[in-house]
Amino acid sequence: MSRKQKKMLIRILTAAVMLIVLSVIPVKGLARFVLYMIPYLVIGYDILWKAVNGVKNRQVFDESFLMAVATVGAVALAVYEKSGDYTEAIAVMLFYQIGELFQSYAVGKSRRNISELMDIRPDYANIEKDGKLERVDPDEVGIGTVIIVQPGEKVPIDGVIVEGTSTLNTSALTGESLPRDAKAGDEIISGCINMTGLLKVRTTKEFGESTVSKILDLVENASSRKSRSEEFISKFARIYTPAVCYGALALAFLPPVVRMAALGLSPDWETWIYRALTFLVISCPCALVISIPLSFFAGIGGASKAGILVKGSNYLETLSRTKTVVFDKTGTLTQGVFEVNGIHHSPMENEKLIEYAALVESASSHPISRSLQRAYGKPVDRSRVQDIREISGKGVTGKVDGVEIAAGNDKLMDSLGIPYIGCHSAGTIIHMAVNGTYAGHIVISDAVKPHAREAVQALKAAGVEKTVMLTGDGQKAADQVARELGIDQVYSGLLPAGKVEKVEELLQSQSPASKLAFVGDGINDAPVLGRADIGIAMGAMGSDAAIEAADVVLMDDDPLQVAKAIRISRKCLRIVYQNIIFAIGVKGICLILGALGIASMWLAIFADVGVMILAVLNAIRALFVKNL
Amino acid sequence: MKKSYKIDVDCANCANKMEAAAQKTEGVKNASVNFMMLKMNVEFEDGADPRAVMENVRKNCRRVEADCEVYL
Repeated sequence: MSRKQKKMLIRILTAAVMLIVLSVIPVKGLARFVLYMIPYLVIGYDILWKAVNGVKNRQVFDESFLMAVATVGAVALAVYEKSGDYTEAIAVMLFYQIGELFQSYAVGKSRRNISELMDIRPDYANIEKDGKLERVDPDEVGIGTVIIVQPGEKVPIDGVIVEGTSTLNTSALTGESLPRDAKAGDEIISGCINMTGLLKVRTTKEFGESTVSKILDLVENASSRKSRSEEFISKFARIYTPAVCYGALALAFLPPVVRMAALGLSPDWETWIYRALTFLVISCPCALVISIPLSFFAGIGGASKAGILVKGSNYLETLSRTKTVVFDKTGTLTQGVFEVNGIHHSPMENEKLIEYAALVESASSHPISRSLQRAYGKPVDRSRVQDIREISGKGVTGKVDGVEIAAGNDKLMDSLGIPYIGCHSAGTIIHMAVNGTYAGHIVISDAVKPHAREAVQALKAAGVEKTVMLTGDGQKAADQVARELGIDQVYSGLLPAGKVEKVEELLQSQSPASKLAFVGDGINDAPVLGRADIGIAMGAMGSDAAIEAADVVLMDDDPLQVAKAIRISRKCLRIVYQNIIFAIGVKGICLILGALGIASMWLAIFADVGVMILAVLNAIRALFVKNL
Repeated sequence: MKKSYKIDVDCANCANKMEAAAQKTEGVKNASVNFMMLKMNVEFEDGADPRAVMENVRKNCRRVEADCEVYL
């Protein structure tokens, strides 16, 4: 609690105790009035003071002014009616202040909570000078400087490891708790925590341009981009207070006048003025106004903890209304790396066939040959291979351990006169012949990401109606991946410009209320990211382009995160709507009951503060996204 | 030109009022107050002197909400 809050707490307690003591002391008349004014002033002096200032500045619809009018009015009524019931005015002030205190405490608390979540800002960088470590401000470290990151420290600046091996904890960035290995030559991103070994890192960026600075900047500015719900509520607040005040004025004068003039009854001024004052008590829109941005703030904070950076409240809102998700294929649903995905019709063991293929292709630097070598997994001993002959456009022949091997496409087999079995799988097919006889074929294709299928299902479960895949690949490969993953629609053979066109077509075909999200890896698809209702870039660890172009940035490259982001946004928006309806509803009911004379000022302030507390607590729920 | 300032204010509605007051200040093209981060982002008109404009912004904010601060 801050000093201001502590002071307020003391004032609240003092006034409450005094009120209780006074209620058992039987004093009458002027003495009673004076005694009761002490707790009133203790709890309300600042409100009264602000009210006076407000009038000076012509701020008639200022909350303080309205609270002052309501309570002073209640006291005046008590004096006029000689009832001596001053408790009500003091209680109203008391509850109002309790509400304000709670609000400021809760907001402060969630501010701290969220800054703790985003506690990735490094405070210093270590530089070696004359054999000693020196701590410097990361801002002062130039590009190309070698910094030292000790175990347990945060990596302050992006760079490349020049010496040392270690494991890195990236959970603050990606929400992924599995540590990553890092060794010399690897790129390293600021914000990771070095867990085991000492690392020497040559910086490749300035601190201000490093991942950690960009992320912090993004998250801190996110709540500045206001959502439509927030705009609505601030507009509502602007109308609400004056409307309630005019309502109060009308309530104070119209019914008595009508009673006198038209009905010939006694005007009953006290009753109607009291009801009007009850109106003023409910005139503060704070419960509404605070709970909406707080919900978004908590939602964005919770999402960043899960490795999902949302650039603004407005994007969180759009995301929650996503009905169509368009994926770029390569690098998003698939690894973007070619891999051996199948070995068919092989008479020998698969490992042996791969070994032959890897060895005979060992002289080539083609991606296919590299993926064969990855599949082989052992160092290639070139001395086992002789007579390598590359036949351009067809394949390779050679001798491995003295055995004749041929590896290549249909044309190679045709030219060697070896009958082969065609393949139905999409991808690159490498036929193998050992000693002149056919030995099956190896299928190499872009591997689907491990969670891609689950991700598509999770999206459906989260309420997405249509999933679409765009790709530059051929139709056969594209259709197969789409079938495997359960994607609804596929557009293949697209050039980058064609992707933009397709997204535009899809945008036009959907109803205005539903939104389209495009998910890409941020490398070649910046224009599409910008064109979609919401652009989601994936695997942003280190990719500036992605952070710039997208509205939502997934730190990890797991497609499941897309569904998680949508679920987080839905939860957050659900809370926002609950709060709007709940707060406006309760206020409306209080106004009606107040006008009918059913709700007293007590009930009014109680309901008002209660709504605010519940709305704030509800808003904070948006922070908890772990189990979504 | 855009600049960001730290502010201090207690209630969310007061922050909205500050935003409205800042927007109406001469020399300010657009202003937005972020209550959760306690920040005010101000976009100035071309040729406006941010320092002088911000003094007025602070004055106007104080008029609608006595208990607020804009750190220049």
